[in-house]
Amino acid sequence: MDKVKFATVWLAGCSGCHMSFLDMDEWLIELAKHVEVVYSPVGSDLKHYPENVDVCLVEGGVANQDNLELILQVRRQTKLLISFGDCAVTANVPAMRNMLGGAEPVLKRAYLELGDVAPQLPHEPGIVPELLDRVLPVHEVVPVDIYMPGCPPPADRIRATLEPLLRGEMPKMEGREMIKFG
Amino acid sequence: MSVKTLKIDGIDIAIEEGTTLLQAARAAGVPIPTLCHLDGVADVGACRLCLVEVGGSRRLLPACVTEVAEGMEVQTNTPKLQEYRRMAVELLFSEGNHVCAVCVANGNCELQDVAIQVGMDHSRFTYRFPDRGVDVSHQQFGIDHNRCILCTRCVRVCDEIEGAHVWDVAQRGAACYIVSGLNQPWGEVDACTSCGKCVDACPTGAIFRKGSTTGEKERDRAKLEFLVTAREKHEWTR
Repeated sequence: MDKVKFATVWLAGCSGCHMSFLDMDEWLIELAKHVEVVYSPVGSDLKHYPENVDVCLVEGGVANQDNLELILQVRRQTKLLISFGDCAVTANVPAMRNMLGGAEPVLKRAYLELGDVAPQLPHEPGIVPELLDRVLPVHEVVPVDIYMPGCPPPADRIRATLEPLLRGEMPKMEGREMIKFG
Repeated sequence: MSVKTLKIDGIDIAIEEGTTLLQAARAAGVPIPTLCHLDGVADVGACRLCLVEVGGSRRLLPACVTEVAEGMEVQTNTPKLQEYRRMAVELLFSEGNHVCAVCVANGNCELQDVAIQVGMDHSRFTYRFPDRGVDVSHQQFGIDHNRCILCTRCVRVCDEIEGAHVWDVAQRGAACYIVSGLNQPWGEVDACTSCGKCVDACPTGAIFRKGSTTGEKERDRAKLEFLVTAREKHEWTR
């Protein structure tokens, strides 16, 4: 049987979900027998998100133009998209800036009001991605197939989500072990 | 004492007149999820989690404020009710700013528990991200309105058990919030005895002890139960 084409992406999150993924320890070796890692900040060095990905774990909310372009591409080129962790599922801590209103008041607050040396707004088109007005959970931008809450989701929860998928079954996302937020 | 007979989820029940459907269901071992209900204080039917279907009524009725009646046929867990309960919890999460990851009550929160109970893995409603305040003017406690679900447990416990009536609800609809005193900073309210019952009653991390950080809030619910038992049954030892 062909190996499952497996990817992970990192949008607006702290990378904690990816650290928790690495926390699966020796089961990563078992996972590697079944999957080909085609894109991942912790599992491969490929720079472009490929076509025909089977499963993708998406960490983080959608906060800027880069996040937005990547998640649209991920959705187009992926069979099964998993919202991976609270930032992807609820927008979580990155979205606490939404309470300030749009991107402009957020940038002014961070770079002008709180800037101590030569305060200026960052503006480098093509290099620094523009902020979206609001940080959004992934499912408010593209359809999501499986939601895996948690900040971060514990390694056991990640394994319990992936294991059934390798057998061609859908995981049961219910109960404290699988869907507790925070 | 007059006895009423009814059926809850097909179980025959005979219980005293004046009992609520919630009490009757619990007595029969039928679990109904709740958030605003707190043993020992009056029920208000604020959270809508305990909605049940009653034969002959087209409306869903909150079990905590509906009294038993002769011949009632009650369903507590139909697919329709499960769907409404999950929606109610999703609406609570999308209405305020509940960021579990950085909350004092993370891991010890009744809103989190109920989300698990109703099987909520995400909210299908758009998050509002309202601009709400935090009041830390009290010496020992703080209130974070971002995490408040307006269950009014604090209002009732302060009024009915402590007898201080520090808390109340102001405004309407989405602008509703809990006020202390005459809409003053909590620290300036003379009526507050600093007893901390509101901290113990709050189901989320909205009312907390200062100095507690993420996941550190623990509430002493036994203290409230003790006070109620003491008053009602005159048992004064814990």
